[in-house]
Amino acid sequence: MTDHDSKVDETPSPGQGRAGEGTSHVPPPAAGAAGTEWPLWEVFVRSKSGLDHKHCGSLHAADPKMAIQLARDVYTRRQEGTSVWVVRSDQIVASDPGDKAMYFDPAEDKVYRHPTFYQLPGAVDHM
Amino acid sequence: MQASIQIDHAPAVQYLLRIGDTCLVHGQRIAQWCGHAPILEEDIALSNMALDLIGQARAVLTRAGELEGRGHDEDQLAFLREERDYRNITLVELPRGDFAFTVLRNVMVATLMKQLWQRLCDSSDAELAAIAGKAVKEARYHQQHAADWVVRLGDGTDESRRRIEAALAELWRFVPEMLESDAVDEAAHASGLGPRWADLKDAWQAEMSTVLQAAKLDAPPEAAFRSTGKQGVHTEHMGFMLAEMQHLQRSFPGGVW
Repeated sequence: MTDHDSKVDETPSPGQGRAGEGTSHVPPPAAGAAGTEWPLWEVFVRSKSGLDHKHCGSLHAADPKMAIQLARDVYTRRQEGTSVWVVRSDQIVASDPGDKAMYFDPAEDKVYRHPTFYQLPGAVDHM
Repeated sequence: MQASIQIDHAPAVQYLLRIGDTCLVHGQRIAQWCGHAPILEEDIALSNMALDLIGQARAVLTRAGELEGRGHDEDQLAFLREERDYRNITLVELPRGDFAFTVLRNVMVATLMKQLWQRLCDSSDAELAAIAGKAVKEARYHQQHAADWVVRLGDGTDESRRRIEAALAELWRFVPEMLESDAVDEAAHASGLGPRWADLKDAWQAEMSTVLQAAKLDAPPEAAFRSTGKQGVHTEHMGFMLAEMQHLQRSFPGGVW
């Protein structure tokens, strides 16, 4: 969730300030925040039975149970969901943006990939 | 400045005000975390919980006003009473404290409300039973979410352990008030409006002891002290909270969003 990343980045982890009213004077940890951050999780919400789970954002949580609860609190506040999945972001294998041209160059000119050389029967109207 | 309303003290009205006011004041205190929780995600979780509680308070106060029969609506009951006419348990009016204090109080109250709403689903008052049917689902989640935090803090770092232990020592003396009954409870029990709160004691203790055990915490012994919020006698914190909570309706009577 890009609109909260900036806030989370400057938020100390629990026990290192901001945990309660009495600790607001505690300075942020001297070490970089990266080592003390909770892991990032990607959140997938199914809005209706029968539909797919759709990626809707991410959040920080300490463990799977907390991730599920916070996904429910952050992403299904207005009855968007009937089911949520969470997965550790570092468990997702993603394609390299540098491979974009090689992988995803538009294939419109490769006519042989498109099933346009035969007539569909009328019965399969809406394919 | 809008003047205060006078309310009827019939037992059924009192019984509902105890529930509605506990939700209202608890929601107000939790809402004070908005923008201040340790992480953004928990900030939203706490705000959701506060809004659930305010929603429950609205429904119950509306019903209390109907049973009272003086034409008071939810807003008048929420914002135009004197401190002495609020009937919330004392526990919920205490200042929000640190995060450990808040999650421990949340699990204590949610465990009570879960048991209470469960029983109120069978209320002789159909309206209250319907409110309870919706609220019990919310309370179950509040209880689970807060209980998980208590376990994490109790079984976490030295710092979190120190804080949750301090919260337990501070909050436990407010338990007896929640789990004792009086004439108001007896009247509700007799009419079928709802259970005597003392009848929730065994279930509450069983569920809380499961949570405390998982958090490696020991419940302190029962104190001789008895708080009196349900009788309308509050701590010094209540007036300050009400002053803030009532300010807008007192200054701009009938003001709406």
